[in-house]
Order: sequence, then C-alpha cells, then structure tokens
Amino acid sequence: MTTPVNESPTRVSRRDFLRVTAIAGGGILLASYAEPLRAAANVGERLAVDPQLNAYIRITPDGIITIIGKNPEIGQGMKTTLPMLIAEELDVDWANVRVEQGMLDSKNYTAQSAGGSTATPTNWLPMRRVGAAGRAMLVAAAAAEWGVPASECDTDRGVVKHRGSNRTITYGALATKAASMTAPDLASVALKDPKTFRIIGSRVRGVDTHAIVTGKPLFGIDVTVPGMLYATFVKCPVFGGKVVSSNVADLKSMPGIKHAFVVEGGTALDGLLPGVAIVAESWWQARTARGKLQVTWDEGPTAQQSSAGFASQAAALSQQPPQRSLRKDGDVTTALASAAKTVKGDYFYPFIAHASLEPQNCTAHMKDGKLEMWAPSQNPGSGRALVAKTLGIKDTDITVHITRSGGGFGRRLMNDYMAEAAWIAKEVGVPVKLLWTREDDIQHDFYRPAGYHYFTGGVDASGKLVAWRDHFVSFGEGQGWSAGANIGGTEFPARFIPNFALDASVMPLGVPTGFLRAPGSNGIAFATQSFIDELAHAAGKDPVQFRLDLLANAQPEVAPTAGGPQAQPYDAARMRGVLELVADKSGWGKKTLPKGTGMGVAFHFSHRGYFAEVVQATVSKAGEVKVDQVWVAGDIGSDVINPLNAENQVQGSVMDGVAQALGQEITIEKGRVVQSNFNEFLLLRAEQAFPIEVHFRKSPIPPTGLGEPALPPVVPALCNAIFAATGKRIRTLPLSKSNLSWT
Amino acid sequence: MKVSFKVNGQPKTVDVPADQPLLWTLRDTLDLKGTKYGCGISQCGACTVHFNGTATRSCMLPTSRVQGAEIGTIEGLSPDGTHALQRAWEELDVPQCGYCQAGQLMSASALLASNPHPTDADIDSAMDNLCRCATYTRIRLAIHRAAEIKAGAQDSAPRPRQLNESRIES
Repeated sequence: MTTPVNESPTRVSRRDFLRVTAIAGGGILLASYAEPLRAAANVGERLAVDPQLNAYIRITPDGIITIIGKNPEIGQGMKTTLPMLIAEELDVDWANVRVEQGMLDSKNYTAQSAGGSTATPTNWLPMRRVGAAGRAMLVAAAAAEWGVPASECDTDRGVVKHRGSNRTITYGALATKAASMTAPDLASVALKDPKTFRIIGSRVRGVDTHAIVTGKPLFGIDVTVPGMLYATFVKCPVFGGKVVSSNVADLKSMPGIKHAFVVEGGTALDGLLPGVAIVAESWWQARTARGKLQVTWDEGPTAQQSSAGFASQAAALSQQPPQRSLRKDGDVTTALASAAKTVKGDYFYPFIAHASLEPQNCTAHMKDGKLEMWAPSQNPGSGRALVAKTLGIKDTDITVHITRSGGGFGRRLMNDYMAEAAWIAKEVGVPVKLLWTREDDIQHDFYRPAGYHYFTGGVDASGKLVAWRDHFVSFGEGQGWSAGANIGGTEFPARFIPNFALDASVMPLGVPTGFLRAPGSNGIAFATQSFIDELAHAAGKDPVQFRLDLLANAQPEVAPTAGGPQAQPYDAARMRGVLELVADKSGWGKKTLPKGTGMGVAFHFSHRGYFAEVVQATVSKAGEVKVDQVWVAGDIGSDVINPLNAENQVQGSVMDGVAQALGQEITIEKGRVVQSNFNEFLLLRAEQAFPIEVHFRKSPIPPTGLGEPALPPVVPALCNAIFAATGKRIRTLPLSKSNLSWT
Repeated sequence: MKVSFKVNGQPKTVDVPADQPLLWTLRDTLDLKGTKYGCGISQCGACTVHFNGTATRSCMLPTSRVQGAEIGTIEGLSPDGTHALQRAWEELDVPQCGYCQAGQLMSASALLASNPHPTDADIDSAMDNLCRCATYTRIRLAIHRAAEIKAGAQDSAPRPRQLNESRIES
C-alpha cells in the first residue's frame, strides 16, 4: 500500500463560496471565490468587480457553455485542463464548451499562477466543485419546472432527465431559471464517481490549437492597442549597473523616435533596473536607434565575477569546514572508515537560461492614474505587486490582462519586464509595447544557479550503501540562499542511509538567479543519481537493483531538519513502483548492446511526482552522443486528467533535460553573460529528437502536476547511459565539455 | 522606401525603412501577427515565411529585397485552416506553448510542396526550426500524417504506435 503524502497545498485559512448571477437577457453565471477569513469583513468590496468578467461558467439560452480558464497558459495546458475539470462535473459535452482566458482578479480567483506544477493539485477539487454546483442548480431548476423531486432527475451531457416520466430539458433552456435556485454549499456538493468520468482521462486537444495553427494573435507579443508606441530597454551588461552618461539626447532626432530617456531604476535585481528606454513609432526604429546608443555604465561591485572565479571559490570552500549542516544522521566519518569501499566524486552543473521562445514583452497604458497591462506572465499577481511598488500606485489601480505565453519554464515567474513596461508607459502617457531582443533575454535572465557537490560515499562488504556525505557549495549570503540555489535536508537519499550528512557552504553572487523547470531538482538529481550510480558500480550491483535496495532501506524519521521546498514525505513504495515499471518496459538487463551503446537509469521525486527513467544512448568513437530512446514511468496519483497533453509534457520535459545535458551553459565573465543568442545557447533540434515511451502508474491520491517532475531524472539517466556505453563517468555538465571519444 | 509585393496573394505597398526586416513589416506594418520573432539572427525559424515559395527566415530579410515577390505567411496557408498540415497538427495536438508552430508549419509546407512523402531523414534535414517545448516527435508524426491526408487517406486515424501513445497502468 502507498502512504498518502500531503496533498493539500490549499488547506489554509480560506473557504470557497459560490456566487450566482442571472445574466441580463437570460442565462446563469457561476463564480466561486475563496474568501480569506481575515478579509471576511470587507465583503462589499468584492462587488466592485464586474461578475461577467470573473465567472467560471456562463450558460446562455442558446446552450453555449463558456468556461473561464483562470490560470496563465504557458504551454503546460492549464487553459484546457482546468475547464475540463469543471465540464466533467457540470456534465456537459466538451464539444459544446467554449473556453476563455480569465483576467487577473485576486478577489474572485486564487492562485492565478503557473509555477511549481501546482495548478493540478490546487484546483482538482475546487474546479470540480464549481462544475458540480452548477449541475446541482440546473437539476434543481428542472425539478422545480416539472414539480418533481430533484432526486428523481439525472443529467447527461447538457440535458436534465426525469427518470419517472422520461422528460428531458436542456441546460440552455434551464439556465435563466437556474439562476434563481439556491446555490449549494461547495464543500459538500456531491461529486461524480470517478468511474463515470467522461472528460477527465480522455485525450482532449488544446483549446487554442486551432488558433495556433492558423496564426491568430494569442501571445503577449501580438497585443495591439490603438495609438501604441514600441519600446526597447537597454540595461547594463553587468547586472544592476548604473547609467553614468549617455548620448540619449542624440537619439531623439532619429527616424520615428518619440522618446528616449534614462531610467534611474533601483538596486534589486528582480525589480526595475537602471537603463535607457527608447520609444518609437515602430519597434524596428527603436531597435535601429539602439544601435547608435552609447552609454557609460557604472558597472558596480560585481563586475569582476566570473564562472572561473566561482569554480575556484567552490573548490576552496570544499576544502574548508562547511558553513552549514543541513542534516546529520548516524556517524558518517566512522561509517566511511569501516566501509568496504569508498568513492569520492566532485560534481558540477552550470548556470543555464530559460530561453522561452517568445522574448519578454509587456504592453502597458497609463491613463488618469490607472494602469492597464497585457502581460505574458506566469505570475501576474506578483507582477502587479511589483508594478504597484515600483510606480507607487495601488494594486487596485492596475488591470492586468493575462495573455498566452510563448513558453515559461519559470522565467516568467519574475516580472521585471512588467515593471519596465509600466515605468515607460507612465513616462510616455500613451500605450506602449516593450519588447526585448533575444540578446536581452539571454543576458538578463534569472538563471538556474550553478551548483557544486562534493560527495563521499561508502558501501559495505555486502554492497549496501552505508554512508553518504555531500558538501554542497552554492550561492547565497549568511544563512540565505540565492533564489533557486537551495537544497532541503530531506532531499533523497536522505532518510535512506543510516549514516548521512548534508552540509552546505555558499558564496555571494551578483548574478540574478531564479526558478527553472523543476528548480533545484534539475541539478540535484543529476548529481545525486549519478553518484548513486557510481556507488552501485563500486558495490558490484546492477544499478536498478542497487536503487531498489536503497529504497527498501528507509530509516526511522528523526528530529525535524532544515527543510526546503523538497521537505515532503517520501513514498518509497511509489518510487519503487515506477522504477520497477520502467525497468520492465525498457527491457532493462535483458538486452545485449554493442560497445558504444548503453542504458542508464535514474529516478527523482519532485513537485509531488515520482518519476523513473531509462535512457539508451550511443556514443560514437569520435565522442558524439546520440540519445536512441527514453522510457519514462511516472506516478502522479489517481488520474491523468488529459493523457494527450500529459504525454506531450513528459516528452517535452525529457527533451528539455537532454538539451540541458548535451550543451547548455551560461558563462559569466567580468560580471556579465558571455552567450547572447541561440547560436551560443543551444536548444535541442529536430535531428536530435528521439522516441520517448511514457507510462503512468496510478496511486490512490488526488492527481498532481506534470509540468516539471519528468525532467530531473533524464539528465542523470543519460549520464549513466554514457558510462555504460563508454566507461566514462560524467561529473560535469554540459557533456560538450567532456571528451567522450573511445577506441 | 516604398516596396510593393504580394502577401498571401494580396498586393501590398508599404513605406518602411529599407533595412527593416520583412518580419517587422509583416507584424507591425501589415498587422499579420502569426509570423513570430524569436532570435533575429535566422537561428530559430519562428519567423519562417514563403518567399516565392521557398521557406525563408524573415527576420534578416530586408523588406527592400521582396519588391515584386510573392510572400506567403501562416495566415494564408489555407483560407480556412484546413491545409493538410493544419489538420494533422490539430489531430495530433502538436503544440505546447505554440509560439514556434507557425514557423514549423511554413517550413513543413514548403517541404511537402517539393517532397510529398518525406522520410524521417528528409524531415530532419528540412525542419531546422527550434521548438523550445521540444514537440519534435509530434511534428515529425504530423508531417507524415499530413502527407497521408494529402494523398487522400482522409479518414485514417493516426496509428497509435506512431503516436507513442502513453499507457496508463492500473
């Protein structure tokens, strides 16, 4: 049996309420909102928001069902998934559903963000309850119409039926009457038996797919507002550098230039930074003028930082006593001294960029003290807060339209471009679209932080892993971590080895870092699962069997330890399940492969998901790596809500991880980023793509998210496959830095 | 400077800086937003259009160069979104974020026009467009599927094995 993990990320001091509104001209509108208990006294304030814009469901007499997707769509599929949950319980035919993107509305919606693979676990019950409440009211309306008990009525895809008389009536015909029914309590409204699901679990195409393949304007970059100008914003290549002097006045005479000015900005790297704004009648004119811009920058105190410098600092720190102890179980020193074999391994992964294909952009219009924005943001609520703070205006004076995002990957959790657009809009007084260049994007990201792990491990004479020490060297100051640079004291293999120490030291960093798809995990899994592979080979054990043995060795939980985002219960049975499944599906241990071809395995738990993956890769004699195939087994709970999208997410995550491993690196020299575009920061290309078989194993807990957890295991699985193919152990990423040739 | 050319069969005359890439003339002068900016250095292919029938990156193509030319964009790939590739893309639900897909479709349509039954190797060499979400497996399948549709196999469902369809164990 599996042990339930904590699946209630929303179980805080909020309660969901339902609001029902009759639509002028006929129909019903259902909105649910979560009322923070502390704000319960201010109920009247909520009514200021136009309910038409903030509903979840609109049913009009013509039978059209409109469902609002409240969360940003960044390619993870939530604009389809969340409405599916509502439609399932409302019991309508998906073909009759229209989906619209909701605006940012913190009064009526909660958690309008795309991050942490949280949308599925957060919304699984609330969205279904909204749909179920709508269904209950339609049934009540039909029962009242017929003068029969509601308990004698059923629904079937948009129609209410009375069992006794076989009468039927459509939702459209009932919609107006339903608006006068009493709304049920959301917490107790009856939900469907999952065995009767028709939409959840079916392969549903993305609601925007047709618009995408016909080139409709969907993305932030496509926004057009009448009278709009176009802006580019130039920042110091060294993060946070200030403008000392510039020739900005000279630019104003260039064709099409309407404004060119210095922005003083602040010092927080995640806010509005100093720079020069150039605003023109067309973006190309702004871009052209930028070519003539000359700025003398005060580069500030971080202008001497470099990747090479970080590496030598890390090496020096690794030789010193660790600054922090994050976990200490048993006696590692004694256990290592008595181990049959010990292994040391120094692992490194670099900074990498998100490189979402749509460059950062935002359109803003400041008029009469009110700001209207169109933002491709993963976290528009925090973007609005940043803008309010930066401009010194109130949240309530800012309207944010959420646009589709051309990729997110965690980059758009940060909203620096919103602050820039807002500031420029305030200065120019007309609508303005700020668009970054690709070079701006690569050189002003919030990077996945580099990381250094100095491991020592020991196995006993029976091949059992008995001791583990990781001195993790990362970035931060004092007791703090740079964003995304932390590790938790429960990170695997903590709790599975009797003598275990996780220590950390940090160095200060003047490079903005942040959260990149499976943050933390995407580097930690590479290091830990590669080193576990080293220990398996040292123990003379099969890498799958060694891992199964490790998972079977759960230690009694001791006192609470320094936690992090990974500080969650770890269900070894679920991980064992996916590991056994992927071993079976990949034919692990049953294939005879030629020299130069090998299979590698790894697993990782992150974002509430359990994933185990096997990579088969071939390394040519010249040292070129080709991924032949990947097998994935994942456990994200009781339901795969949309298998068509789930498979796409998993395959994309796997290829994303392979691209990181093969060649992605951001290098810092003189405080600035060396790479600038896709000729230097390498994404995967079609010719490098490979088949990926995806399997899901169900567990009896509510479903969890899928945007991230399939990524981390593929990186070490690939490196372990390369070891199997060549005998060369990869301890440094990307692979392009290693000579993998063999004879 | 004034430049006259056809976009999706319609004659257009624009007055733009001679060096302004066609990408920006399409997007900001002619309000055809389907063609996308991704890199500006012909690396990613999000800006791919047809230039006299050839798949071409429009981000480095000065508008002055297209005087008298026939330009095709995603908006004109079919009158009603029913080009075999568009149908296949929808059938297989290729996109994730969707940002690169107009460029992918323009490259793929040029490929199919010259090679009605491309092999995997043909596809790999012709499809040099980046997809940050890495939907490459589905792109390849969708091109094969579109070739089937064009050849008249209108009703055949995509083969499950080809879809790499995920399996859900109980």
